[in-house]
Amino acid sequence: MPEENAIKVTVKLFASFRRDRFREALQSRPQGTRIADVVSDLGIEPTDVGMIFVRGLHAQPEQMLRDGDTLALFPRLGGG
Amino acid sequence: MTRLSLSAVIVAFTVTTDEGVRTGAVVFSHEDGEAEEFDMSKVIRVNMTDRSVCVEAVPEGWLGLGGRALTSTIVAAEVPPTCHPLGPNNKLVFATGLLSGTPAANSGRFSAGAKSPLTGGIKESNAGGTASRLLSRLDVHALIIEGQPKGDSWFGLRVSKDGVVIEEETETLGMGNFAVVEVLTRRWGEDIGIISIGPAGENRMAISNISVKDPNGKLRSFGRGGLGAVLGSKKIKFITVDGTGASSVPLADPAAFKKAAQIFAKTLLDHPVSGKGLRTYGTAILVNILNEVGGLPTRNFTGGQYEDHDKISGETMYDTIVERGGQPTHRCSPGCVIQCSQVYNDKEGKYVTSGFEYETIWALGANCCIPDLDAIAEADGLMDDLGVDSIETTVMFAVAMEAGILPFGDGKGVLRMLREDIGKATPLGRILGGGTGAVGRLYGLTRVPVVKNQAIPAYDPRSVKGIGVTYATTTQGADHTAGYAIVSNVLNVGGVVDPLKNEGQVELSRNLQIATAAIDSTGLCLFIAFPALDIPECLAAVIDMINARHGITLTGDDVVALGKKTLKIERAFNLAAGIGPEQDRLPEFFELEKIAPHDVAWDMPTEELQSFWNF
Repeated sequence: MPEENAIKVTVKLFASFRRDRFREALQSRPQGTRIADVVSDLGIEPTDVGMIFVRGLHAQPEQMLRDGDTLALFPRLGGG
Repeated sequence: MTRLSLSAVIVAFTVTTDEGVRTGAVVFSHEDGEAEEFDMSKVIRVNMTDRSVCVEAVPEGWLGLGGRALTSTIVAAEVPPTCHPLGPNNKLVFATGLLSGTPAANSGRFSAGAKSPLTGGIKESNAGGTASRLLSRLDVHALIIEGQPKGDSWFGLRVSKDGVVIEEETETLGMGNFAVVEVLTRRWGEDIGIISIGPAGENRMAISNISVKDPNGKLRSFGRGGLGAVLGSKKIKFITVDGTGASSVPLADPAAFKKAAQIFAKTLLDHPVSGKGLRTYGTAILVNILNEVGGLPTRNFTGGQYEDHDKISGETMYDTIVERGGQPTHRCSPGCVIQCSQVYNDKEGKYVTSGFEYETIWALGANCCIPDLDAIAEADGLMDDLGVDSIETTVMFAVAMEAGILPFGDGKGVLRMLREDIGKATPLGRILGGGTGAVGRLYGLTRVPVVKNQAIPAYDPRSVKGIGVTYATTTQGADHTAGYAIVSNVLNVGGVVDPLKNEGQVELSRNLQIATAAIDSTGLCLFIAFPALDIPECLAAVIDMINARHGITLTGDDVVALGKKTLKIERAFNLAAGIGPEQDRLPEFFELEKIAPHDVAWDMPTEELQSFWNF
């Protein structure tokens, strides 16, 4: 993709999402990439995603990512 | 004191034999004066002043109560709020829940209540283990320990179908809880239920807890509020529960119970948190979650993220356990289907600890800056053995590090002070054993994370504001389980409330605290809240089970009313004990010091916080 249209995004995966994937990866993505696109490319079922954080804040699947964002994806989990 | 009206006359007796002082009770019915068998649940009073035992029918007003609702009702009714928590007027009450002893999944917990030596207010703590089920099968609705012996002798209580025997105890004195379990198992057999205190409880330390033997002969705990010191003040080292000859818990409508119990168990297994996440990663999965949202208190609450979070995470713990042949999945009480506990082994594959919780791992890992799961696991097992609360003790260590008693990151120092100082009750051990607030005061510190003198656990209230409301307002002193706002602030369970905004937090915490007080009265594990918040059939099944067990017709509204009533009883006790609205607040440093990465302070207006009690 053309360099000026690309954004860099750090993707962090947790718990079962790490299996056969990765813990953390710096990805180059086209401008306008939504969180749902990243989830889809990773082969993760959208309904399996329990928590999405961008820069430590709650985010929705339709949210567009910006250059330098850190995206964290968790399955549905809890503790106490 | 006025005795509540009884349906039978009960005669307590005490005889001295070669084996010690034996105490029991015989019941005579009003009508014909003949002794009759107990076939109903009962309340047992053990008076340690004169070492008598009195067995009573459950008073009318206590019949629909269990667990926390019952311990708090009894403590509020019978303990003078201004009494010294370690004196003869305090009472320690154990109560089984409304579903305890039944085949219901996750119904293996029970409550302990008293005036807390740590907070000075009312305390309810609950635990798993095997004793709850055994007590229920012996029809013991509540066990009330009152009075205080004079002299230096210690005692053990033996509960069986024949009543309670108080026996002088020498062999286990000074022993850690694991050795106590070993000795008593040898003395009374594998199947015995055991409730005990370690050296910390014997030494009446405010950080002490009460241990309960689990199905594998390991330990679970009534962790918070220093209840071990209360048992120690009564000079009781342990209580054994012998279920021999006990019958199964009666069900008013067995068919309806079975149906509801099946639905209930299915909702637990269907929900991704209770059915899958907790059994794989345990509660330690929260390390990475809280780190990600900036709510993982680090270096005595000076930061919200820990650079070495992945060394102490649930994911790392899981991999380590599997690699060393431990068990990532383990139950703390019979009938648990969630199985959030685990067995953690050392590098040689030898058992180190179980019930290795997020809060302990956070406190020693991120908050004391010890990025070493093995050291934390060793400390966890040691704390179980000494009988100290693994939240109060570990949060205290971070304050001790700030005080300069030992450096941040000194895992070996923590282990040494646990063994050599707290375990042996040296003068330093007693200072540390006074808890987080005591150490902070003695060293003139301001960054002392306590509410009502009880340590704040593993979720920073500046970046997860709903839990801050719970810490500030709960009757229990800072306690995340009292109203676990993390569910909606972070985990997206039971709705979503933005963790960084004040809006909606009071209502969230209030609803959770009311629901929690009700759940804590059933004998069910609090983790049933995950499916209960998301799957409507879950709570309906709980109510159906209670009704089928007791032959009553509770509705959802009744359960909410029970939760509200319990909170108000506890609040009234605290007000009378001198713990007023001005103590429903967080320590000042949360307002003065912002926390990274979101650069937020605690800024909830006082009036908004105090509106919590408008219900």
